[in-house]
Amino acid sequence: MTTHINFLDLSVYYGSHKAVDEVTMNIQKNEIFGIVGPANSGKTTLLKTINRTLDLITGTRTTGEVSIDGTNVRNIGNVNHLRRRIGMVFPLPVGLPLTVYENVAYAPRRAGIHDKETLDELVEQCLKQAVLWDEVKDRLDTLGTKLSGGQQQRLTLARALAHQPEILCLDEFSIAIDPVTTMKIEDILVQLKEKMTIVLVTNLTQQARRLAGHVAFLNASQLVEWGETEKMFSNPEKEITGRYLNGDFG
Amino acid sequence: MERRKVLVEGIAKKVMLVAALCLIVPVLAIIAYIFYKASPVLGLDYLWGVPEGGGTGGGIWPPLIGTFFLVLVSLCICAPIGIMAGIYLNEYAPDNWFTRIINMAVTSLAGVPSIVHALFGVGAFVLTFGMGESLLAASCTIAVMTIPVLITSTREALSAVPMAFRQACWNMGATKWQTIRTIVLPNSISGILTGVILEVSRAAGETAPILFTGAAASIPFMADSLGDKLMPYFLGDKFMALSYHLKVVADKLNDVPEAMKYGTAAVLIGLIFILNSFSIVLRMYLRSRKKW
Repeated sequence: MTTHINFLDLSVYYGSHKAVDEVTMNIQKNEIFGIVGPANSGKTTLLKTINRTLDLITGTRTTGEVSIDGTNVRNIGNVNHLRRRIGMVFPLPVGLPLTVYENVAYAPRRAGIHDKETLDELVEQCLKQAVLWDEVKDRLDTLGTKLSGGQQQRLTLARALAHQPEILCLDEFSIAIDPVTTMKIEDILVQLKEKMTIVLVTNLTQQARRLAGHVAFLNASQLVEWGETEKMFSNPEKEITGRYLNGDFG
Repeated sequence: MERRKVLVEGIAKKVMLVAALCLIVPVLAIIAYIFYKASPVLGLDYLWGVPEGGGTGGGIWPPLIGTFFLVLVSLCICAPIGIMAGIYLNEYAPDNWFTRIINMAVTSLAGVPSIVHALFGVGAFVLTFGMGESLLAASCTIAVMTIPVLITSTREALSAVPMAFRQACWNMGATKWQTIRTIVLPNSISGILTGVILEVSRAAGETAPILFTGAAASIPFMADSLGDKLMPYFLGDKFMALSYHLKVVADKLNDVPEAMKYGTAAVLIGLIFILNSFSIVLRMYLRSRKKW
């Protein structure tokens, strides 16, 4: 196993508030890495440092570094190129005001893919991976914004997969999705990790347990501990980790 | 206690209804009065005809088409500048002292009285840039007057597009310009255009900005040449405009028949109303196909 993403003494400040406090950990290639923790513990901020969308928020400051394949993301000249290597799914589903087809084809088009057949194939494949294909295959030309909340959430997932990222970051991807579909997507995530590294932020500790090889537990901006999933759940080093993961607190 | 709440609720509602009605009454009264007074002259001959005897008789076509040209040329000048500046300020500008200075300038410029704009127009366009008193100088003056409001209305239209759409695009590696071009503009262009038309037609209805910059009381006009009628003014020419024409005929207390004065006012109101309803229809159309 080789390290894919490495956080080294990473701190993030929103103004004077420290949202992430000296986090050091690394994520292996082709694994599912779970990040759990109560609200406001810095999980989403951590994801935003990977594709540098944090830069778009005024008043933020980071120290320490995040590197992908050994390269500090700060040193990557073309930030849009970096973002294309990373798929992001955030908890609030946002269908773009375009058709379902164009939603999924958006990123590939921006990256210069215009061949209709290639796009058709890609759109179908991504929608299938997001378990949305069967519901929308007959209405690919309806607006993405008119789909239901759960469908839009899966559309966001399909969109994130469409630029064939090497890293997929999922932030609470399943809050708007029913349990049966969630299980289907989880199965697909397990297949997808053959091709990419998946960072899974979740409030469902059991989901992390089912899927992740390693889990990190964040609390109040700090990384409490991280390690192999089974060890984290059955024999954590800190007492608070065990309490949170087993649902006694949080 | 309950009865008192119901009573207060009822009174509050009625008071506010009266306030709303107060708005409609003057509008209807003005329109009805002007059109009633103008009714003896209103007709196709009046619209298409040329003023005779210094505005005491004849029609109103030269000032009508003059105002139309004024709107058109001003639009061509202020729309690109106003829209692009609005996009910059809303989408690109970082939050720093420079941006704050620009914003302050925009707000202050919007508060400058139109007569001051007129004098600026004389100094800048008529004299310094050597445009002379002309359609171009008047249009530039109208444009300068309109740009700050245009910037504001453009920014409003842009910020009506949810931030989440932009973030979704950025997360996929789209550049800011790609995001603006593919998502932000297509979903705000209608609102932007509505603002442009509204603001420019409002400005074109004013007399002050064209007073010293290019409006003429009377221009010799070939009444029977169709070409001359459709293209009477070039950019460097002085021109007639409805608002100024109204001032001219209204000043001549004795020799202009009353109906001619009200006719001019009616046509001015009518033209602005038509331009405005164009943008209202555009807005309704766009709202009906809103995508989220």
